[in-house]
Order: sequence, then C-alpha cells, then structure tokens
Amino acid sequence: MSIVLPSLPTGAEGPVVKAKVTTPVRRPIEPVGRYFLSHATRTLRGHTWSEYEKLEAENNVTAVEENVDDDIGDEDQDEELLEHDPRDWKTADLYAVLGLSKLRWRATEDQIRRAHRKSVLKHHPDKKSASGGLDQDGFFKIIQKAFEVMLDPVKRRQFDSVDENADVKPPSPKSQYDFIDAWAPVFEAEGRFSKTQPVPSLGTMDSTKEEVEGFYGFWGKFDSWKTFEFKDDDVPDDTANRDHKRYIERKNVSNRKKLKQEDNKRVIALIERAYSEDPRIKMFKDEAKKEKERKKWEKEAGSRKAAEEAAAKKAAEEEAAKKAAEEAASAKLTGKKAKEAAKNAKKKQKRSIRGCGKDADYFGDAGKASDVDADLDLIVDKLDDVQLADVAAKVTGVDAAGVKSAISAAADELAGAGKLDKSFLKYFS
Amino acid sequence: MSAVIGISFGNTSSSIAFANGEGKVEVIANPDGDRSIPSTLAYVGEDEYHGQQANAQLIRNSKNTIINFRDFIGKTFDEVNTEVTKTGAPAIKTADGSIGFNITRQDGKVEVITVAEATKRHLKQLQNAAEDFLGKKVEGAVITVPTDFTEAQREELIKLSNETGLKVHQLINEPSSALLSHLTQKDESYSQNKIYLVADFGGIRSDAAIIAVRGGILTVLSTLHDKELGGDRLDEALMEFFAKDFEKKYKVNPRTDARSLAKLRSESIVVKKTLSNVQSSTCSIESVAEGIDYHTTINRLRYELTIRGTISKMTGFVEKLVERAELIPSEINEILLVGGSSNTPKLSSELRSLFPESTAIISPVFDTKAILPNELICRGAALQAALIESFDDDEIKESLQPIVVNTQHLVHSIGIKDADGKFVPIVVSETAYPIKRSLEVTNGESSSVLVELYEGKKSIKETVIEPTKVEYSDDEEDSSEEDEEPEIIKEVVEECGELLGSLSLKDLKPASKLEIIINITQDGKLHISSRELKVGSVATKVELEFK
Repeated sequence: MSIVLPSLPTGAEGPVVKAKVTTPVRRPIEPVGRYFLSHATRTLRGHTWSEYEKLEAENNVTAVEENVDDDIGDEDQDEELLEHDPRDWKTADLYAVLGLSKLRWRATEDQIRRAHRKSVLKHHPDKKSASGGLDQDGFFKIIQKAFEVMLDPVKRRQFDSVDENADVKPPSPKSQYDFIDAWAPVFEAEGRFSKTQPVPSLGTMDSTKEEVEGFYGFWGKFDSWKTFEFKDDDVPDDTANRDHKRYIERKNVSNRKKLKQEDNKRVIALIERAYSEDPRIKMFKDEAKKEKERKKWEKEAGSRKAAEEAAAKKAAEEEAAKKAAEEAASAKLTGKKAKEAAKNAKKKQKRSIRGCGKDADYFGDAGKASDVDADLDLIVDKLDDVQLADVAAKVTGVDAAGVKSAISAAADELAGAGKLDKSFLKYFS
Repeated sequence: MSAVIGISFGNTSSSIAFANGEGKVEVIANPDGDRSIPSTLAYVGEDEYHGQQANAQLIRNSKNTIINFRDFIGKTFDEVNTEVTKTGAPAIKTADGSIGFNITRQDGKVEVITVAEATKRHLKQLQNAAEDFLGKKVEGAVITVPTDFTEAQREELIKLSNETGLKVHQLINEPSSALLSHLTQKDESYSQNKIYLVADFGGIRSDAAIIAVRGGILTVLSTLHDKELGGDRLDEALMEFFAKDFEKKYKVNPRTDARSLAKLRSESIVVKKTLSNVQSSTCSIESVAEGIDYHTTINRLRYELTIRGTISKMTGFVEKLVERAELIPSEINEILLVGGSSNTPKLSSELRSLFPESTAIISPVFDTKAILPNELICRGAALQAALIESFDDDEIKESLQPIVVNTQHLVHSIGIKDADGKFVPIVVSETAYPIKRSLEVTNGESSSVLVELYEGKKSIKETVIEPTKVEYSDDEEDSSEEDEEPEIIKEVVEECGELLGSLSLKDLKPASKLEIIINITQDGKLHISSRELKVGSVATKVELEFK
C-alpha cells in the first residue's frame, strides 16, 4: 500500500516556505557500532550524503558483481544436443550441455559447479523416468562427462583448445567491415590460448603507435598452450593387440603435431592479414612518410637558407666595396681641391701679411720700407699655417699701429718659440 | 598476532568476549568454565583466588575476600558507600584518602590492597583467561562502564588497564554496548527507527537507559540509576525466607553468625538461579548453625511471593525512567533486559503486564533464543572491539571528538500529508544530523500533486476498551462487576503540526512513482526535494531554515 499524495489545488504552486523548523537539540550520540563509524567519517571528512554513498558503492562493487550471474546454467539445450549419442560425447558442445554456452572458457569453477547442479536437477534420469520413458539417461551421461572435463584443469584446456564454438571467425576479406569491431573479438578469443596473460587488446582507432606496435609485437611472439589431445583417436585399452595400440598412440602424437603446426600457421596468417588490413598501420606509415618528407624539406630548407644568406652576404659585400671605392675617389678629389684652396688661402694670407707694411705706409716711416718688407718676408716664411691665418686676420682691416703691434707680437711669438732670431729682424726687433 | 577483546566489568561479575572478523562473537569462559566471572579476589596465605573460587572463600575467609569494588575506582573513601563490601573484606581508608582493603597474608602479615591494585589484578586475571582461551596474545580491550561513571573514573580505569598491559581502545557505555549486540543480531532492526529501553539489573545496582536508534545511530535520551536495587536483594529475600524456616524448624537463629549467613547466601544464589530455569529447587546446607544441617525444597510460586517486594521495585524503577523521559509506555518499542537478575521470570512477566502488546520485551523468558542477559554487554564490547581494532589511536580519538559525538537532533518529526490528511513521517524525531531520508509515494489519479511538509505534533490518543461482558452466575455478579474497569489504552499519534512549506509536482501520469528526499546537512541546512522516479526527471527543491 503506497502513500498517495493529495492533488494540487489551484493556486498552490511552486516551492513555498511557510515556517521554520523547530531548533534542534544537541545530544551526544553513543560512539558504538558501524553506523557510528560511518557517521564519524562523514562528519570528519565532511562528505555529503551523495559523496558518501558513492564511496560506499565503490566498496560494495565486488560484492554486487558476484551476485550478478544468478541465472547461470538456466539456458535450455536444443533438441539435437539432447538427442546426442552419449558414446560420442566428445563431439558434443560440453559448455552448452552445462548451460554455459555464453560464458564458455570464461566460466569460473564456481559457476561450473552451480550450472552443473542446475542441469543435474533438470535432467536427472529419475526425473525423466517419472515423466515416462525409461532409457533416457543419455543426456545425463553427457552432463556428467562434461562436468568431469570442466573440473579437471588439464582436460578443460584440452577441450577449450578444440572448442570451435568459442572461436570467432575473422571477417571475410571481400566484405565491408569496421576493422576494430570485426577483429577485436577475434583476437580476444584467440588470446585465451596465450601462455602469457594478460593479452594486450587491439585497442581503438585512437591508439598510439607504441600501443599498436606493442600489440603486433605480442602476437608476433605469440606462445599458445593449445593442445590437440581431445582429437585423439581412442587408444584401445585391451592388452591383446599391443602393436595396434602403439600404432594408434604414434598416430595420435603425429596428428597432434600436425594440428599444432597447422594452427600455428593459421595464427601467423591471421596476424599477417590483420596487420596488412589495419588502417592504423597504414595511417602510421603515411604519417611516417609525410614526416620523412617534412624532415627532408626542413633539412633542405636549412641549406637553402644558408645559400640565400651567402648570396645576400656576397651582394652586400660587393655593394659595400663599390661604395667604399666611390667614397675613396670622391675623398681624393675633394682633398685635392681643399689643398689647392688652402694653398690659395695661404698665398693670399702671405700676400696680405707681406703687403701689410706697404698698406700701412710703412708705419709712417717710409725710409725704412725695405727693412719692413724684408722683415715681413722673414716672418711670413717662419709662420706655420695656423699662425699664418691668425696673423693675416689680425693685419687686415686695422690701422697702422694695430698692424705693427700684430706683426711685433707674431715676431715675439716666433722668437719665443725659437724659430726666429730677432737679430735678423731689422725693423721689428 | 594479538587480539582485542571486549570486557564487561561489573561490580558482581565480569565477562569477556571476542569477536572474530566475520562478526561471530564468543563469550570466553575462564579456566573454571565460567562465562560470568565473579569480580572477586580472595587471598589465603600466599595464594590468590579469583572468580568463582574466590567467591567460595566468602564463607570461611570473608575478611580476605574483596568484592564489589568496581564502583570504587577513581573515587575517594568519603565519596562512596562502603556498605556494599560488608559481606567481604571491609573497605578502609588508605593514607591518601582512597579506598583499600586490609588483607591478611602469610604469617599474619597485613597487606593493604588498594582498589587500583585489585582492579589491575582482576583485569590481569581476565586477560590471562582470554589468552588461554584464544591461544594468542591479548593486548587490547574495549571495556564497558555504566553511564554515570565520571570522567575521572573513566580516566583512572584506562590508566589502570594500560598499566596491566591491556590497552584500552575505547570505553563504551554499558547500555549502548548491550543494545549494540542485540541490534547486530538482526541486521534489519539495526537501521530501523526504534526507541529502546535497556534495563540492566546487576548484583548491587540497577541502571536503565532509554536509547533512540535512528538509522543505526544510538542516542541516549534518559538514564536512571539505583544503587540499592539489584540481584543481591533477591538473595537476601530468599535468605530471610530460609532463615525464618530454619528458625521455625530448629529454634535456632542463624542470623547472628556471619558464617551462617554466608552459607545461606551462597546457597540462596544457587537456588535463585535454579528457580529461574525450573519450577522447584532443593536447598540443602550443611551445618547452618550449631551444627544443624538444613534441607528444604522451594517452588517457583513461593519464591516469587518472597521476592515480590524487590520485583515491584524493579518494575517501578523502569516505569520511573519512562516517566522521566517524558514518554508513555507505548512509545517504547522494545525493552532489552540485561544483567544476571533479568533471568528471573517474574521480572519479565511483570514488565509484560505493564507495557502494551506493541512493546517487545527481549528476555530469555519469552524467547529462548535471546542472548543471555549477562552476556549482552560483553558481546557488544567485543563487536565494538572488532570494529575499531584496525584503527590507530589517533583515528579513534578523532572519532570521539565532541564535534563528532555531540550532534544536533531533530526535535519533531518531519513528514508530509497524504491524500487522507494523515501525517506520514519521513524523518522521525531524535534523528541525528546529517540525515538523508527518502520516501516513495505515488500521485494516484491526479496529474499534479501538492507536497506539503509538516512538522509532526505528538498527541496521546486514549482508546477506551469496554470490558467484555462475561456472563456470571448470579451470586458472583455483584463482586465481580466492581472489579471490571474500562481499560484505557494510551497511544501516541503524530499529527500534522506546523506547515513548513510546500512543493508541487505537475504533468504526471496516473500512478507514477514519486520520491521525496529530505536532506539535512551537518551544518544544519535542510533541503527537501521531490521528483518523479524516472530517468531525466527534474527535481523541485525547497530549502528550510531552523528557528
């Protein structure tokens, strides 16, 4: 009897807060029991309920998983299997006999036991004879045989080796198929024979190159425990014909060898085919090719750049040399001109100095005109370029006294420098 | 590989138990084969006796037999009532004001054994017994104490136990321990919301507690203690009965001699225990007084008459607690009887008549499969020990912090009103924070529904049941009609109190499943949401505040 809620009266919509809840009381709780422990962890770690439930659920996962397969061994066997001749039990699908056709090699011992118990309950001869028919224990015999095989790890491996119903056929080469979807179950089924577990998975289209290479590397070194004892001919256990017995045994051994070789070949062919069809391998190859080209291009780009740089450098150098030559030529030219100009200026200055005596009317002392000219000649010869320009500037445009003092000063300076002996001067001494 | 055991340390007797990893609890018997080990130490010359062997010394060597010392732990001489030790070694005041016992050892030498020393020796004996039984080292224990043990007493007990080489992982309260072992028996009752009354009738004292169990969290609502009432009162009543009978038969008063009394007492205890199980018992004591042997038989009816006074005190004690907690008897969902005296059938049947049918009484009298009352406490301690064994001290300490232990509790239930106007609680009162509870409801035929949240309001509903008319013969009619009174049955019903808020859910198909979730976080935020139970449905929420 579930609780029925009242229907919504008109106008009373939406969340409404009407009143406050009575203030809680603080009381100590008793620190005992597992619920307290949960309470303590929740309080201390500050988990919310949903977080806590998540954690709890994670802890409970294993427990839940074990309870999943309650319907184990519930599947029904088809007519053909039920009619199977118990003397030919080896050809029957022993997993289907126990109702484990879905799990097959994945079934655990516990699951096998449970499945066996169920099928025994269903197919026990006592039950069959109760529903009419006396000689109906054929299938029961097969069940017992199957159980015997499944519980013996050696025998179970022998049966698993030849359990073709568990094999997954590779896709037909002509058909269209998705590589991963089609091949993953094939390798998963084949991987059960591997002596080294776990077997790497085929992966996805996004698997890295290392993963894919690891996968094919594993299958390249694939080591299987597959054996073919189950296909042996029955060795007659009568001692009457020992030769015949040995003959059968020998035949069995060689047959096993042959089958094993064939199987190995089959596996190798399978891997080769998968490898050749794997779009990822193609993709990686293409990528590698592209990468190579790109690298080459990069490498060449380096040398190209060097060549370009060298050419540019050369051009620049040539340019610079040309420019330098031109500059040198023009400098030469201007130098010449300057020299000439300087020479002319010097001449002019010398002339003005020489002429200054005459211009100043020999300082009112015309009688000593020759002496003044002689002295001026001497001074001009002794003056260097700088002094020359200096003195020339001083003697132009000034009166006679200024010229006289300037010349005298120049004469004194020259005498001071030891360039001129004043005794040689006749007027400016 | 060492084990952690649970110890219930009582005044009269102690028991030890061990829980293995799978939750199977075993109560450990000491080398004498006793599972209820008397907390008694006796000294004869150089020898020390413990348990039942020491109890036997009460007759001949009572002055050197230490009894009833548990309540003295951590107390001074002036604080306690030393009356309880009068049948054994008398308690004396030691130099530092604490309590000790003068014990005469070899060659008349007097040794003062303090309460602390006696406790250590007793615990050591228990530890040895557990080690013998389990075959591995016992280095830790969870010890139970009564709820009124003071903080100082708890610390003292931890100190003494640690000194003994028995590391105390946790001290837990006796009633919660007993309840824990009861709850663990049936997993479904553990997480149910029930109110328990744990009544512990020991040898010299009685304690009772009302504990609310809310989703496995235990909260003590009220406690009551009586240091006078206990199983010893039953023994005394029986002793008095035998003494009277003896005096009548032989004209000799056996009450004058302490030794005669001790003999009577020890036999009375045996008779009491026998009468708890069978209808009649014999009592035979050699040389009660003046060399006269005594032999008699007593049946349960006579015994129950003798102890009537004490039993009515015990039931009165339980009633008083219910009153103190401001509850009415029908609010108590289960009564758990603990302690050796709870084996008395009369006690259970008296309580049965006091409480309504809806209250279950857990006692071996009604259910032969129930855990023995004197084993409940130590079993709970053992379970707790197994639970916390793997934690280190810091983790335990952390979990016992006030912030964890002191928790807010809801005062009133919070629930909804259904179509008939009845209050349907989702979270019941006295539930500790944080809480998350959900309730599955349906919308019936209407396409939109109103979720109204109410605070529950308790009221007492009195139903008067008229006595069934029985046809009496004419001469009896007058007398019997007066006796018949209409019976009043008091029940607590919760009605819709204050309306807290409301939510609405619309566009529903008829009879779809709805879920209402109440979530109260640690910091006191109360969210209520309701949604349709299907993938992708959106919940409507409301947040409430506390006053």
